[in-house]
Amino acid sequence: MPFIPHTQEDIDSMLAAIGAAGIDQLFEEIPAALKTGSLERVPAGMNEMDIARLMTERAESDGRYLNFLGAGAYEHHIPAAVWQIATRGEFYSAYTPYQAEASQGTLQTLYEFQSMIASLTGLDVANASLYDGASALGEAILMAVRVKGDKAPRRVLLPRTLHPHYRATVKTMVEAQNIEIIEVGFERASGRTEITALDAHQNIAAVVVPQPNFFGVLEDVDALTAWAHDRAALVIAVVNPLSLALLKPPGRWGTEKGAAGADISVGEGQPLGVPLSNGGPYFGFMCCKKELVRQMPGRVVGATTDAEGKRGFVLTLQAREQHIRRSKATSNICTNQGLAVTAATIYMAMLGAAGMRAAALRSHENLQALLQRVSAIDGVKRVFSGPAFHEAVLNLPAADATLARLRADRILGGLNLQPYYPELGEAILVCATETKNEHDIERYAHCLNDALHGVEETEGHPT
Amino acid sequence: MSDRTPAQIAAGSRLPPEPLIFERSQRGHGAQAQFAAAPAAAPAARRASALPKQLLREQALALPEVSELDALRHYTRLSQRNFSIDTHFYPLGSCTMKYNPRACNSLAMLPQLLAQHPLAPEQARQGTLACWHELQEMLKEVTGMAGVSLAPMAGAQGEFAGVAMIRAYHRARGDTARTEIIVPDAAHGTNPATAAMCGFSVREVATDAQGNVDLGALRAMVGPQTAGLMLTNPSTLGVFERSIQDIERIVHPAGGLLYYDGANFNAILGKVKPGEMGFDVMHMNLHKTFSTPHGGGGPGAGPVAANERLRKFLPLPVVMQDHLHYRWLNERDLPDSIGRLSAFAGNAGVLLRAYVYARMLGRAGMQRVADFATLNANYLMVELRKAGFDLAFPERRASHEFIVTLQRLKEETGVTALDFAKRLLDYGIHAPTIYFPLLVKECLLIEPTETESNQTLDAFIAAMRGILDEARTQAELVKSAPHSTPVRRLDEVKAARDMNLVWRRE
Repeated sequence: MPFIPHTQEDIDSMLAAIGAAGIDQLFEEIPAALKTGSLERVPAGMNEMDIARLMTERAESDGRYLNFLGAGAYEHHIPAAVWQIATRGEFYSAYTPYQAEASQGTLQTLYEFQSMIASLTGLDVANASLYDGASALGEAILMAVRVKGDKAPRRVLLPRTLHPHYRATVKTMVEAQNIEIIEVGFERASGRTEITALDAHQNIAAVVVPQPNFFGVLEDVDALTAWAHDRAALVIAVVNPLSLALLKPPGRWGTEKGAAGADISVGEGQPLGVPLSNGGPYFGFMCCKKELVRQMPGRVVGATTDAEGKRGFVLTLQAREQHIRRSKATSNICTNQGLAVTAATIYMAMLGAAGMRAAALRSHENLQALLQRVSAIDGVKRVFSGPAFHEAVLNLPAADATLARLRADRILGGLNLQPYYPELGEAILVCATETKNEHDIERYAHCLNDALHGVEETEGHPT
Repeated sequence: MSDRTPAQIAAGSRLPPEPLIFERSQRGHGAQAQFAAAPAAAPAARRASALPKQLLREQALALPEVSELDALRHYTRLSQRNFSIDTHFYPLGSCTMKYNPRACNSLAMLPQLLAQHPLAPEQARQGTLACWHELQEMLKEVTGMAGVSLAPMAGAQGEFAGVAMIRAYHRARGDTARTEIIVPDAAHGTNPATAAMCGFSVREVATDAQGNVDLGALRAMVGPQTAGLMLTNPSTLGVFERSIQDIERIVHPAGGLLYYDGANFNAILGKVKPGEMGFDVMHMNLHKTFSTPHGGGGPGAGPVAANERLRKFLPLPVVMQDHLHYRWLNERDLPDSIGRLSAFAGNAGVLLRAYVYARMLGRAGMQRVADFATLNANYLMVELRKAGFDLAFPERRASHEFIVTLQRLKEETGVTALDFAKRLLDYGIHAPTIYFPLLVKECLLIEPTETESNQTLDAFIAAMRGILDEARTQAELVKSAPHSTPVRRLDEVKAARDMNLVWRRE
């Protein structure tokens, strides 16, 4: 029997010990009328060889593409060692480190993670992760409203330059909490959040600031932070963690203008060594100022000492959590995304500041190279003038059909923005990371040119 | 037993502490084979200097500088300071720590699958969508429900989705007076926390002496303000809720809905379908019942399933089959959906692992899960009683788990459930869940799962018997456990007081 070791002899001796005539007797407390007959629609079992063949065939039929899609999930090089270590059984098949003495591997790794991500964001403390970037933002908004207290306005500004799926997730998560989410627009020329338009809003609990924003454009984070702090609103930064090897950390936003930096920073951890993998499992991270830590959701690891005075690590501040506080908890969250976080920690340890900066810089440079190359193509135009990290929006004729033609050339050419931002007309969001070389960029530009200018299908493309 | 206790044997081989990665750092080191090559004479316009200076990082980044080998050794050594299913028996009640077949991992990590972008068009990943669709169909069959969404990323998020759907259902009918969710006092903490996140007030219903919901109390509690009841069955007390049909006859006529918490679904997989027990909506924990790895605390996956009247509120996205083509259902297809729960499609790779597992088990294999999980639990329960342990519910059959209470032992010897749990670590066994459920004093919640052999169970019984003996003859040894782990008992009060949550250079 797959994964069940019992022989008939084992079963018989165990039943004899129990004093039951058969296994069915063990279910005698279930009312007979509820017992189910069959699982007709579940297929018969497969052995490992057959399922391996099926999965391999499906994976191969989907095939591989040269990928210029970003939009919140990014293709980066992942050192081979990262997942080889992360999928060691001792990490992979362990559970939540409730028995700390038997879980020092996981706990110390999480403590190292918290230290690394707090340094990246420039904030005091971090939790041990949340589900993903979008749900982490939802949690951050709920947290900010808790921090402001019952008498404060339950109103949060959410820029339209934020990932549309993040905005949708926030809406689901705060639906029942009587929080007013106000969308703020962007400047058509620069692609940045329109700071002057913010002035129309009073009595705000928090302002969400993405960096870079969904369009790949760098927001004027200092001005936005100063604006919020002038009005006693908290600032929730939504950041790409890899970009922070290059960009100013949220903890320092606005400090030259007298503001005190973002109060909470969240983001999608996927760029740190987690494969694209169809969207998950990724992990969300959350960092905040020390004084807000008791309102932070999720697991937190702290250092302590053991009975002999040796350093060790435990889950701490559990009085915030659902298994203690029940309906008064900071969140219903129970898990963190431990395995993905383990991978990210190994990734950051291997690359260090220099390696991460190199990856971030190379991604930025590749985008510049791509933009230079494609803007020479007739009909292709960069939409926004604001400085970009590694993504940009392009206007081009017939976005959908163009992307379909690129797909026929085994290129994922970008994301069609029409369903999300109809106001931009025919537009796509395109991304280049350090994984692309000059040849890839040339191939993209060449195929894009062909797609737009009707070169015969039979004509050969460079491969 | 030999003259030397496991602690004494192991004490000589205790692993030394591993320094923090930051303490291994040396300036200039790094896994340089992994670095993106410096661009060859990139035009100045491309460089970071083209970015506005005020947006750039000036502060040092406190990341370690270590060689690839040093990093690899460090994290390998850390892994060795963990208990895990792959190395230890792990009878952690309520968590279903069964074997995680390696094929599930390797097949979910095929290179093409890892490279798939979550926003790639459906045409580019029909194979993956087929797996998810088939998983949805299998989950519909085992739950007896009409629709499934794989979107929730953990059990607690599945609960959130399910309770949000209950809220949406009542609101769609204009029934805004239903502001209460009822949960049993033995429920997991996520239940009341979820109800609160969904804007409900929480009422706790008591449990009777046999571990069932107190029907009289429930009857008195339901009314036009009742939005629903959240129930785990078998309950967190390790027994099947025998009056489930009566509960249904109390809650539904009052206009409330029934939520099934699938935490203990492993106990009834293939035996009973929640949809046929009268539940309207439920979640599953794929990291329990469908054996995806727990990963040191996640990622999990918590698909939500609903009957006909609630399915239109399912969270996005959902996969559908349209002739031979698979596609996502979106906001336009499901306008009443409670919406998105994540940026993309949930914990997609976890879903693939569960799919592989489900296919390997197949119909017959799924029905065997509950059989052998229950056989193992009842065997352990009976043998531990013979060994002198007190059961919380001696008159009941165990489901896939059961509760031992050490209250009497504590009174006799001063040894607590915590001490007992720590001492088990010295015997090379992960402790059961302790102090949950809150209703039973000094409790151990023990769940062996179906993948353990009776030899392993016998070794566990011997260890339990040995510790019971130690508690009576040398209580101090148990109270000061563990002795063999890389660190001794840790000071949790100091951790909460110091709040040392991140490393800082001295």
